[in-house]
Amino acid sequence: MPDPQPLSKSELDRSFSELYRTHLRDVYSYAYYRVGNHHDAEDLTEQTFLQAYRHYERALRESDGRPLRPWLIRIAHNLAANYYRDRARRPESAIEDAAVISAPHTTERLVEDREELEEILAGVQQLPDDRREALIMRFALGMDNREIARALGRSDGATKVLLHRAIKQLEGIVGEQNSARPPAAAEVAER
Amino acid sequence: MSTTDFEARLRAALHPVDPPEDMAARFERTLVNLTELAADELEAWELSAMRDPRNWVRPAAAAVVGAGAGAALVVLRVRGRHRRRRDQSAGVLDFAERTVRDLADEARRLLP
Repeated sequence: MPDPQPLSKSELDRSFSELYRTHLRDVYSYAYYRVGNHHDAEDLTEQTFLQAYRHYERALRESDGRPLRPWLIRIAHNLAANYYRDRARRPESAIEDAAVISAPHTTERLVEDREELEEILAGVQQLPDDRREALIMRFALGMDNREIARALGRSDGATKVLLHRAIKQLEGIVGEQNSARPPAAAEVAER
Repeated sequence: MSTTDFEARLRAALHPVDPPEDMAARFERTLVNLTELAADELEAWELSAMRDPRNWVRPAAAAVVGAGAGAALVVLRVRGRHRRRRDQSAGVLDFAERTVRDLADEARRLLP
């Protein structure tokens, strides 16, 4: 089959704008959970799309019609790795408050939910890089195994195992945190 | 807590995060204005710097900076520091020199 007609510059730009609008939230979410704050997440997102723009024509040609989200996330992944290497740091603190809970709750319930979600987030930060990233891609971005595999450059099978182990390890971490924590006042009152 | 419950909590904890509202508009402007901004910035130091043969090698670096879409961010940031550089400069040549140095630093920092 002959190669499809290459896109003109304006068609390419339009197509890239569409890609940008469609995946901005994905890339930003990924960046945010990798770097832990909005300022650096914005920087990382911007750099990801600038780099994507430079290689967009080739990526389109080579994608063979497959979605480009794993390619974008892979760029963000590589840039995030450079970010840590250059600055010799990992997310040093708990992820900034990103309105952890958005639904209305009673105050008491809100506090409990918030604490629980913060524990989970803190647990995510303790995971090895590849496990943490797999969880971010699955749960924050809603990527399926195949997409995650493409973004991480692994096989589908290896990705499935990676996700399974990540969840198990995180469950263990959160369980340990809960057992080490003193009982809440409400729990004490029930006894 | 069952694994299913745990996954539901994990999904709630790792919810998608919305970027700042003006980010998309800003980024698109960056791309659209790339050529114009790069030309402006180059022009600012080119006229003066090119009179001195010692600076003739530098347009090559600037051309690299102006070549790709990634340069947009470099140019924006360097441009953002325009006033500070001008205030710090001892003269036109010094200003040109500082601009070139700033461009190169930003390019090294941001471009792969």
